[in-house]
Amino acid sequence: MSADVEYEPVIGLEIHVQLKTRTKMFCGCELSFGDPPNIHVCPVCLGLPGSLPVVNARAIHLGLMIGMAVGSELAPRSIFHRKNYFYPDLPKGYQISQFDLPLCLGGKLGDVRIHRVHLEEDAAKLTHVGESGRIHGSDSSIVDYNRGGTPLAEIVTEPDVRSAEQAREWLNMLRVTLRQLGVSDVNMEEGSLRCDANISIRPVGDTELHTKTELKNMNSFRYIERGIHAEVARQIEIVRSGGKVQGETLHFDPRTERITSLRSKEEAHDYRYFPEPDLVPITISAEMLDAARAEVPELPTARAERYASTLGLSDDAAKLLADRAELAAYFESVLEVDSVEPVAAANWVTELAARLDEGDPAGSKVEPRALASLIGLLSSKAINVGAARQVLDRLVAEGGDPLAIVEAEGLGAIGGGDELADAVAAAIAANPDVAEKIRDGNMKAIGPIIGHVMKATKGRADGGEVTRLVRQQLGL
Amino acid sequence: MIDREQVLHVARLARLQLTDDEVERMAGELSSILGHIETISGLDLDGVEPTSHVVEVSNALRPDVPRPSLDREVALSQAPARTADGFLVPSPQA
Repeated sequence: MSADVEYEPVIGLEIHVQLKTRTKMFCGCELSFGDPPNIHVCPVCLGLPGSLPVVNARAIHLGLMIGMAVGSELAPRSIFHRKNYFYPDLPKGYQISQFDLPLCLGGKLGDVRIHRVHLEEDAAKLTHVGESGRIHGSDSSIVDYNRGGTPLAEIVTEPDVRSAEQAREWLNMLRVTLRQLGVSDVNMEEGSLRCDANISIRPVGDTELHTKTELKNMNSFRYIERGIHAEVARQIEIVRSGGKVQGETLHFDPRTERITSLRSKEEAHDYRYFPEPDLVPITISAEMLDAARAEVPELPTARAERYASTLGLSDDAAKLLADRAELAAYFESVLEVDSVEPVAAANWVTELAARLDEGDPAGSKVEPRALASLIGLLSSKAINVGAARQVLDRLVAEGGDPLAIVEAEGLGAIGGGDELADAVAAAIAANPDVAEKIRDGNMKAIGPIIGHVMKATKGRADGGEVTRLVRQQLGL
Repeated sequence: MIDREQVLHVARLARLQLTDDEVERMAGELSSILGHIETISGLDLDGVEPTSHVVEVSNALRPDVPRPSLDREVALSQAPARTADGFLVPSPQA
């Protein structure tokens, strides 16, 4: 392979999401985050001899909901396997996971195919301590088993992702989808959403898959994007200088942008899976499917598609609303008020959202009815856009009725009457040079005249109407 | 059938330290177990579902209802080494 060959990345993603159950996957200990260490532990999640796991029915239910949301085939029969390896965050010496009979097979979200979705248990939290106080060279670690046994869904994609940017965008779509499904908190900072990326490169046009590396545990979307960039660059450099990419597990340090090897290759992926003898198979009944289906809401991708195709919203506006369930719900309640035009409603819900930071508009002082009425005042030209924004500011601060605010504040637009015509005449008189330019055909020079009119009318004039009057009065 | 290298590999995965004599003995014992598997492999098992479980039970599920956890002192009392609130273990990276 020579230096002038163009390479493309081939990326598959593995996402772990902590499921939003009350208790752990195989025991009744409560899920927690940030609690004092080792207070949510029992013989099962500590792996004590003689204890037996029992599957949490809610975890199966949430797993089925995820499968439905991404269009998986739901396995009629599914079993758990033991994945054997030694690490102190795994007290039994094996992780209970799924292997060849996962809960959900196949599927698609956006333009990325899903390979499978399976259930497993999370590991405990390890804190490294030691003489040096640094991770490397530390001689002991402290284990907190509170997190051990938390139910996880592992979502594995096909290698359909072609860039770091696409990876970040797709992961965001997945996160928004899972959040609206209500199956997980999907909070990367708290570790309820974690992502590994399998990365290889190939000459553009090649259809084969080449040796891949696994970039582990990147804990923000930004790091994922930068980590993939760094790894793709590393692989291209290896291949261009005549080397071969080694299959290995890697760690990306976002601080130094460096990639380091994590595990020795010979030990990796020798997990000696076998069926978990302590758990009987899961057979999915019609009742379980019905219950899961009943809880799956309209999802962001479908909702955005509907907003764009049936309501005429731009793709961006549709996605912006659909990605936040609370904005979408508010938008739809505005539409339910008589004869509100959807595109205008979308614009003004977006304006409102921008004023509320991350807040839910349903919890704000702005009633959907008030926003609809504001949009009505604007579309009937009773007020102009600037005034509408002022009214919205007042609504956000104090609530109330837009029409009353317009009247109390004198924000009503000045229509085609004498008042506006007089203001235009005065503005032309005050700017004879500008008037001259306009007469010479330079309409772009109109700014100072409009500014003058706006000032005189306290911003209540309609820009289009002012332009029309200027042309009329100048005899154009 | 099973050579020394394979025995050592499996022993390492299982964190077992074997003497040379034990490696020799294990090679023989594991080979005879695999021989038994090979006997089974010789049977015509087309259309026979693999047996993952020997009981015909499925969906032994538990409602998602919290149950009391262990008192931390009780949990930590079994640890060979501990801190005030955690299990102390040799660093896996050391």
